[in-house]
Amino acid sequence: MNEVYVVTIGMAGLLAAILGGALPASSRVVAAVALTWVSCGAAMAAAVSVLSSDHVISLSTTAILPLTGVTLVLNQLGALFVITISVVALASTLYWLGYASHGLATRSASSAMPLFVTSMLLVPFAASVATFLVLWEMMALASLVLVLTDQSRREAARSAAQWYAVMTHAGAAAILLALVLLSAHAGGQTFADIETHARHLSGAVRGTVFVLALLGFGSKAGAVPLHVWLPKAHAEAPGPASALMSGAMVNLGIYGIILVGNELLGGGPVWWWILISLFGVVSAIYGALYAATSSDLKRLLAYSTTDNMGLVLIALGASGLFAAVGRPTTAAIAMVAALLLLVNHSVFKGALFLAAGAVQVATGTRDLDRLGGLMRRMPVTGVVFFIGALSVAALPPFNGFVGEWLLFQGLLHGLPTTNTSVVISVAVAVAALALTGGLTVAAFVKATGIGFLGRGRSVEATEAHEAAITMRLGAAALAALCVVLGLIPMLVLPAIERAAASAGRVNATSATRGWISLHLPGLRGVLAPSLLAGGLAIAVLVVIVLRRSTHRRRHAWPAINSVEPWGSGRKLQTARMQYTATSFAEPLQRVFDDVIRPSRDLDVSHLVESRYYIERIAYHTSNDDVIERQFYRPFIAGVRWWGERARWLQNGSVHRYLAYGFVALVIVLVVVA
Amino acid sequence: MSQVLVAISQVAAVCVGGPLLLGLMRKVRSRLEGRVGAPIYQPLLDLRKLFAKQRMRPRDSSWVFGAGPVVLVATVVAVTAVSPLATTNPPLGQSSDFFAVVFVLLLGSVLLALSALDTGTAFGGMGSSRSMTIGALCEPALLVAILAMAIAARTSNLPALVRVGLNHPTVIASPARILALASFLVVILAESGRLPIDNPSTHLELTMIHEAMVLEYAGADLGLIILGESMRLVFLLGLFVNLLVPWGVADRPGALYFAVGLLALVAKVAVVGVTIAVFEVFTAKMRLFRLPELLAGGFVLALLGAVTAVVAR
Amino acid sequence: MSFRFLFQTLVHPRNVVKDLGDAPTPQHTTVALHGSLQIRHVDAGSCNGCELEVTSAFAPVYDAERFGVRLVASPRHADALLVTGPVTKNMAEPLRKTLEAMPEPRLVISLGDCAHDCGIFNGAYGVEGSVSDVVKVDVHIAGCPPRPEVIVEALRGLTGR
Repeated sequence: MNEVYVVTIGMAGLLAAILGGALPASSRVVAAVALTWVSCGAAMAAAVSVLSSDHVISLSTTAILPLTGVTLVLNQLGALFVITISVVALASTLYWLGYASHGLATRSASSAMPLFVTSMLLVPFAASVATFLVLWEMMALASLVLVLTDQSRREAARSAAQWYAVMTHAGAAAILLALVLLSAHAGGQTFADIETHARHLSGAVRGTVFVLALLGFGSKAGAVPLHVWLPKAHAEAPGPASALMSGAMVNLGIYGIILVGNELLGGGPVWWWILISLFGVVSAIYGALYAATSSDLKRLLAYSTTDNMGLVLIALGASGLFAAVGRPTTAAIAMVAALLLLVNHSVFKGALFLAAGAVQVATGTRDLDRLGGLMRRMPVTGVVFFIGALSVAALPPFNGFVGEWLLFQGLLHGLPTTNTSVVISVAVAVAALALTGGLTVAAFVKATGIGFLGRGRSVEATEAHEAAITMRLGAAALAALCVVLGLIPMLVLPAIERAAASAGRVNATSATRGWISLHLPGLRGVLAPSLLAGGLAIAVLVVIVLRRSTHRRRHAWPAINSVEPWGSGRKLQTARMQYTATSFAEPLQRVFDDVIRPSRDLDVSHLVESRYYIERIAYHTSNDDVIERQFYRPFIAGVRWWGERARWLQNGSVHRYLAYGFVALVIVLVVVA
Repeated sequence: MSQVLVAISQVAAVCVGGPLLLGLMRKVRSRLEGRVGAPIYQPLLDLRKLFAKQRMRPRDSSWVFGAGPVVLVATVVAVTAVSPLATTNPPLGQSSDFFAVVFVLLLGSVLLALSALDTGTAFGGMGSSRSMTIGALCEPALLVAILAMAIAARTSNLPALVRVGLNHPTVIASPARILALASFLVVILAESGRLPIDNPSTHLELTMIHEAMVLEYAGADLGLIILGESMRLVFLLGLFVNLLVPWGVADRPGALYFAVGLLALVAKVAVVGVTIAVFEVFTAKMRLFRLPELLAGGFVLALLGAVTAVVAR
Repeated sequence: MSFRFLFQTLVHPRNVVKDLGDAPTPQHTTVALHGSLQIRHVDAGSCNGCELEVTSAFAPVYDAERFGVRLVASPRHADALLVTGPVTKNMAEPLRKTLEAMPEPRLVISLGDCAHDCGIFNGAYGVEGSVSDVVKVDVHIAGCPPRPEVIVEALRGLTGR
């Protein structure tokens, strides 16, 4: 029965892609969405059955891929990822139904979207090198097509797609090298073969494989410094596609790291985990900083993805460190925290990107400096963004808080140890966690407050309309899930614990006791999220009742609901006098000026008649990514320089090209012999 | 004593104590300036009058404007009910976690900042921006300070942290806890908007950090904000004194011990409040862009505390 | 000169009854300040002589704060609007806006002879009129400038302490 599910995923997805490409415009999106839903449903059924029992689903065939065949195995870790991806995909495709009329109903988009979802659903199933790489590449290509949706009209979309294409393939090359190295030494290309032979590999080979895999998968997850494609691609992709990319695709980067580090290689020396933690710390701080200083709504959300993936990497690294120094309880807690952070991130980031897509459609802009007042014009989208923002900021009673709490507890209880490297890494990790927490709060107060509250800063913002019903439903579903998971994290914790056990090779007693509170196994730490939320709710009700009761008195003055805002009595108060996103972030930017190094251009033009009179002053400042500016662009410039030097090789003469071929053949023959 | 009664008593004490502490600090300032000053209970009179005044809502604001003051007060009430202020056995004491308390209070600050942005004025944005910058720079110090105290006690459960101080007085004198509490005090001053970070009685809008966020509120909303802010100060100072000087906190069940605990809390918080007020009189407000240095100093203190906590075990 | 005499001749009685003539159901309401008065000061065009006296009234010697009076920055926080000086043409609209921004129950206190009848600036080119020409005044404190003890007595009359 389970195998049927797996086959259904593939077939439904393929059929959805075909119909999406073949049907006429009126029905292609609906057909693609319906079949994608079938695919997601089958995936969830398969994953639930794996998580609730103890056996894995396994399916292999020599039919589809020549030479290597296809091997699919779903274990509990993979099942968790499959469920997460399905949930985000269900909400995003529902949203797509409403979004399609804004340019996402083309044949290419309608066939790429189901392909993207299906390949993401199947990657956790992949159990051989060839299957994995084919599915990985399919996922990359499908998402590339989606990023290119708007390329004919916007240069930024083309540039984003270029960066994305190059970096995802560079990452895929690293992954390819790593997996091929593994399978070459193992003698077979299924993951089962690799696992059995991996322990016989030398330390150098294991180290190389690990680093390559970390680079490749880390780039997909958005780890700094390999993240530069992420803000571009996630910002330029259309609404549902960016929700899927940030909410589902980056998870697979983490999945790959866990796969190679824990499952295939079976764990490793301490320096692996320190390296992961280092990537995590840098990504978290860098992402949070750029999110706090960005005034483009979707770019802010994309940098926040880098930030959250950094937190997950910190948790993963901590888990490995604790396991390596012999503290299995805290290792288990840290691994559970990592997976919970991942699941929570998918849900709230999906909701945020869907809301941002609705805003982009309603106002035509992503620039926070031109938005405002949207909470009254788009109430549902506004509330969804509000809930998502409070979840990212890890505030109770929403879901982000439970993951952060678990991570803090894991680090706290793991810290007292004699191993100096662990002490230093954990201390740095806690400081990084705290700093990113604060910066994330600032970033999302900015995004919510400037984008949705106050008055509209442009005509488009003051005339925005609420999104279509399916768009609202898709976004609201994820936001509701944020609330539910925040109140009752026990809904997902058993599944996460099983996945963590299979991933981290640790056996941990369950942290959940009933539906109310979360007890750390073997340690002193308790959290009761629903009681906390209940207490808050009661307090809110009490305060509201008290406030109303003061108005029941005999001579009470009625409240005025629509009064001119107080502006020191000035005669003219416009919406443009409000703070913009740039001004909101200015104090933080000033504090971190040496890190961000924004580029500033001041252009003063004088009157022709006299240099003493100024005609125009133009001030331009931009916060482009410092790593991109300092490392990538010089590297690209260097590559271009090399390419131009090498042009003398291609002078057009056929004789010379034949001579090249002859020389190459001679060399190969000499080497082989 | 029944847990509900304990919760209500603690909340009531902090509710009344907040404005009284505010009045006490103003009285100390007045006396040091050579005046008589308003009586200590004056803020209570101010609040009583405010709750009878008309409420006003700016034209283009949304539901967030009214939600800000409510959530601010509600968060403080919720954490006061479950924290070890007068007794080491508050209701739901098992789940009363220091991290949870801090994040719940942060929820109140965030809602206040959002409602300031909802006013649609430049002042609200300015207050919100500065407040969030300070908050972002305070969080590292605060969370590392909590970590330092929690490592020594092997838990971040608040009643346990207070109890460990009661049962093992040497823990209080340990460098880890002293450094962590010093950092905690810096954060309390920053988050409550006291000098040298922010002048609570300034009239110059461009120098305001917290006050700028509340310029638009009138009537009961303003009353709730003033109440909430003073309650938050009392709550945080109450935690601070119970972690620094826990004697007097009720360790055993019984109404008498609880009453003694409340009185001890009042006395200790009053002493700390007066000290802060005196310190404020002799300090000038720092430049806004020098604040990161101060908060980084607080962070370094907390980090030192955490390192000593690990090393000393 | 007896302060009680000054108080009785120059200041209105402490319970000011306000009539909301324009409201659908006219109500009389007592200004219930309960011993707490927050004041927002507006300089509508004064020579600052009155401001100096106000500063003295809140300073250590005369100390109006012990009677529950405090100066606040925003009219939304204020119960009374304290206006000094004749109202100049540029300050007429801001003065009205400041009063509109105040929540009810609210009072207007005009301080000094210039606020009452423009004083020595009567008929000057930049002057719109006295304060009662621009907004409805509830309490007037006379003097050029009024002495701080007179100001404090007037405020005590309003707070009832």
